[in-house]
Amino acid sequence: MKPVLLIDFGSTYTKLTAVDVEGERILGTASAYTTVQTDINDGLALGRRRLEEQTGPLEFAECYACSSAAGGLRMVTSGLVPELTGEAARLASLGAGAKVVGVYAFQLTEDDLEDIRRLRPDIFLLVGGTDGGNTECILHNAGMLATMEPQFPVVVAGNRTAARQCQRILKGWEVYVCPNVMPKFGVLQIEPTQKQIREIFLSRIIQAKGLSRATALLSDILMPTPSAVLLATELLARGCEGERGIGDLIAVDVGGATTDVYSMADGMPEQMNTVYKGLPEPFSKRTVEGDIGMRYSVYGIVEAAGVQRVSQLSGLPEKRVEELVAYLREHTDRLPDGDKELEALDQALASLAVETAVARHAGTMEETYTMMGQTFVQTGKDLTRVRQIVVTGGSLIHTKNTVDIAKFALYSPAQPMSLRPRQADVWVDRSYILAAMGLLSSRYPQAALRMMKKELEQHGYSE
Amino acid sequence: MEQRKKKVLVIGVIGADVHAVGNKILYHAFTEAGFDVVNLGVMVSQEEYIAAAIEADADAIVVSSLYGQGELDCRGMREKCDEAGLKGIPLLVGGNIVIGKQRFEDVEKRFKAMGFDRAFPPGTDPQVTIDALREILHMDGDEA
Repeated sequence: MKPVLLIDFGSTYTKLTAVDVEGERILGTASAYTTVQTDINDGLALGRRRLEEQTGPLEFAECYACSSAAGGLRMVTSGLVPELTGEAARLASLGAGAKVVGVYAFQLTEDDLEDIRRLRPDIFLLVGGTDGGNTECILHNAGMLATMEPQFPVVVAGNRTAARQCQRILKGWEVYVCPNVMPKFGVLQIEPTQKQIREIFLSRIIQAKGLSRATALLSDILMPTPSAVLLATELLARGCEGERGIGDLIAVDVGGATTDVYSMADGMPEQMNTVYKGLPEPFSKRTVEGDIGMRYSVYGIVEAAGVQRVSQLSGLPEKRVEELVAYLREHTDRLPDGDKELEALDQALASLAVETAVARHAGTMEETYTMMGQTFVQTGKDLTRVRQIVVTGGSLIHTKNTVDIAKFALYSPAQPMSLRPRQADVWVDRSYILAAMGLLSSRYPQAALRMMKKELEQHGYSE
Repeated sequence: MEQRKKKVLVIGVIGADVHAVGNKILYHAFTEAGFDVVNLGVMVSQEEYIAAAIEADADAIVVSSLYGQGELDCRGMREKCDEAGLKGIPLLVGGNIVIGKQRFEDVEKRFKAMGFDRAFPPGTDPQVTIDALREILHMDGDEA
């Protein structure tokens, strides 16, 4: 037996997963309150005691951790055109596991700087212009940032012609120059920037967030939690040497404040009569819906879907829905606990959270008629052929109706132009192992993949 | 010696027009002639030309239209360029830009009134457009 400890320092809970890499099995999971304000090791020690109560004493050979504690990795981006380098910067940050708290396009203004000062990002991503293209905007924005007191590291990943000049303008700042996120029109090159962001997270932000005290215990890997989940879902989809993946997939994590969606699929048009518009999206794409969540962001769900639909799905009168939604927003730790009304409402809310978040993540198809006949214009990823959906999040795992909720990720005749999967198998992550398996995958991909395939609960075709 | 920066063109077929062949020929002809070409392909909206021209710091926009609706599709493009900060960017248009038998001089006049620098009749050799671009962009024969 070779026990490995995997830790997820969450914003509320520190979750521990102990695995036996040789036996490819999960030994146990436990959690305790995250104690980042005092000493992060307190919560960790408590979690470990709880874990060892189940498993007996364990001598861990290795230990890896990810973190979204103390606000996670908060980033602000600035690009040139919103749909082009602006979007490339956003995609790069989200894919690096960041929480994007501000997105700017064109030239930064004094008011923007005021906001940025207030937002206090952990990292600022400065981009704009294709290589050899516009330099004016990124240089202006570097100049604007330079008027502030140096507060955070800046990653420069715009027009290469201007990169070094930006660095000079930002004298006294911690500046990292990366290849352009959009070197040519319509070409996305975000991996080098993402790697840099993770390195900064590791070297600098961990300390600033009081996580460094725990590093004595850690072997070496430390990453933002969404980054670990992204690694896990990518491994699950693609497989690794010696073990096949389950193929293209989407994963949905419905939380209390946000809903994260991951897709692992190429998603480009297959038909000859389809024209692709907009920035091509990465195979491994992550989006976060900051207004869609079961408690803190419960109003966002109702606003996006409409109170009529919540009422219709839950079977509760609209007035009662409004009352209960207000109640849940106030009592964010309230679970249904057998209350029939709340159970019905939570199921409706979770279904609509899944529907809204996946619809926003997936691409759309528009039908037009040209002189050459019918033509389709696709924007974003075509996920209609994706056959696997992975779901997690409290409201989905603490109910018997997980599959019914997950179905809302699928294609719906009511939104025929939304390119969501036509039919899919549903995999449920009941014990929150995705982040842990992502951590494990950097060292033991085969074991991590086989454990995921074993531990995730699979349900057959839902249609 | 640093190589002199190539002139950047943004090209594409405007509107609900899917004629892809001429677009590819132009892409190759312009590239061959020493331009750096951002090709947006078919079914391009005015906004897409403008967004690409901003990011790539383009020197000119070359609009193709083959299906006869060019006049409608091009209307307001100059004003949008002005609005987006691309003041004075050369706009060129060519193809079957209007329907029916019309005197091209009249057609050209209308496109110039819309703010286009040049309009080319059907069957124009790419070389003609290249020469026009060289003239507009003051390239004194030093690039290919």
